[in-house]
Amino acid sequence: MTKGLPRSAGGRLIRGLPALGSVAAAIVLWEIYVRLSGISPLVLPAPSRVVEQMAANRALLWENTLPTLSATLTGFAFSVSIAFALSVALDFLPKLRRALFPIFVVSQTLPLVAIAPLAVLWFGFGLTPKILLVALVTFFPMLVALVDGYEATDPEIETLMRSMGASRWKVFRAARFPSAMPYFFAGLRISITYAVVAAIFSEYVGARAGLGIVILNAKNSFRPDLMLAAVVVSSTLTLVLFGVSALLQRVLLRWREAGQGQ
Amino acid sequence: MNALELRNVGVSLGETEVLDDVSLRVGQGEFVSILGPSGAGKSTLFRLLTGALEPDRGEILLDGSTLKRNATTFAFMPQRDALMPWRRIIDNVILGLEVQGVSRAEARARALPLFAEFGLAGFEERYPAELSGGMRQRAALLRTVIQARPVQLLDEPFGALDALTRAQMQRWLEDRWRGARWTTLLVTHDVREAVALSDRIYVLSRRPARVISEVVVRAPRPRLGTALPAEARAQEEELLNTLLSQTGE
Ligand SMILES: Nc1ncnc2c1ncn2[C@@H]1O[C@H](COP(=O)(O)OP(=O)(O)O)[C@@H](O)[C@H]1O
Ligand SMILES: [Mg+2]
Repeated sequence: MTKGLPRSAGGRLIRGLPALGSVAAAIVLWEIYVRLSGISPLVLPAPSRVVEQMAANRALLWENTLPTLSATLTGFAFSVSIAFALSVALDFLPKLRRALFPIFVVSQTLPLVAIAPLAVLWFGFGLTPKILLVALVTFFPMLVALVDGYEATDPEIETLMRSMGASRWKVFRAARFPSAMPYFFAGLRISITYAVVAAIFSEYVGARAGLGIVILNAKNSFRPDLMLAAVVVSSTLTLVLFGVSALLQRVLLRWREAGQGQ
Repeated sequence: MNALELRNVGVSLGETEVLDDVSLRVGQGEFVSILGPSGAGKSTLFRLLTGALEPDRGEILLDGSTLKRNATTFAFMPQRDALMPWRRIIDNVILGLEVQGVSRAEARARALPLFAEFGLAGFEERYPAELSGGMRQRAALLRTVIQARPVQLLDEPFGALDALTRAQMQRWLEDRWRGARWTTLLVTHDVREAVALSDRIYVLSRRPARVISEVVVRAPRPRLGTALPAEARAQEEELLNTLLSQTGE
């Protein structure tokens, strides 16, 4: 738990200042270097030029952000639902866990560079291969977060509930599931960042639209400025999704903030 | 009539023989304490009663008949308060009623009038992290007694509190108990606490546990906040010596 600085919005701003400052300094240095060295924008465009390109191509960027967002969210929702359903089954059937976990671990060792083209080959240029890739990348971290979270339940709480005559299912609902929520949200925040990367990569390998396609086309026409513009958009998208998960956690797990103001 | 009786109960956990031969009884409306060195098997004894564990030997009788699985006889207060940090105090307190199938509204209606008596008025909607140690223990105790089970099992309820809060809680419990006369089995390793609160005290040996002494405390109540009679003070001394003889040093 971070103590010391107040948890208010003002406190967060003050804590964020050094990070913002160093990012701003890096951008300024980059701009100065490009101007003084006279390096070609075909090799290294200045930040100002990237911003210009973002403005000039805002319609293009926006149109291609939506397919990426939709692949990310659909794939992620799919993987979280499966991970949740399976985590419940695994919690009730430890034998199943021992049987299936090795398979999931292997699924994490598959190189995306090989899987992505295969998925396009098998499922075409539509949304399906993107959803599958996003799910492949995010499924296991979400499953592990949930399973570990159930295991982290205070054994005294379980003993207490059993002494009250609670069924295994009631213990799961009232104790194990809520205990897993902080783990679930930690997994969510990390996985959502993987999800965006996976969606863009699978577009890059084969799609009709999306930020991955913008990057691919920009690369093929030697436009690093447009590539970087797409990168800024995709990073922003990731940060926004990360922020939304953090916000969701704050709203849904309000109890975690309880007692910290004293 | 004995509300609860254990006859020659023994149990091993894995390779460890924890309880050797424990026999004890708790009468209706009686306050009985179990004193024993740390690691003697006191919490294990409670696990046998709540059905988390089966005895290897011996019998557990309730009102004269054998304890049934899933019996609804005991309200158990674990060693640490085991409050759920994600539930508000009111919802923690009604957990047992909820498990019994009482609706949330009905359970809340039953619990709310008791908050003042347990020194928790105004904290119904707070989370456990917002309460002091003493308040948390009182909430755990309220969660225990509200189940209205025939026997309360309290496992070192004040063990984790600072000395001042503990003294305060002991007085408060004595006061509550004099009003309600819950049939209570208390586990403690605090000799003064046992003498102050109990009608009878059993002392367990170190592991594997046997009952090595049974003491009846006759001092008039309330006992806390006044000087104890000489007999009770002598009993305290004797119990402490018995316990110390079991710590192995
Ligand atoms: N699951 C277990 N397997 C083996 N030994 C155990 C287990 N649980 C507890 N024990 C041992 O049993 C003894 C009694 O434990 P416990 O009943 O918690 O003692 P206490 O009297 O302090 O409450 C301890 O020495 C402990 O190490
Ligand atoms: Mg114990």
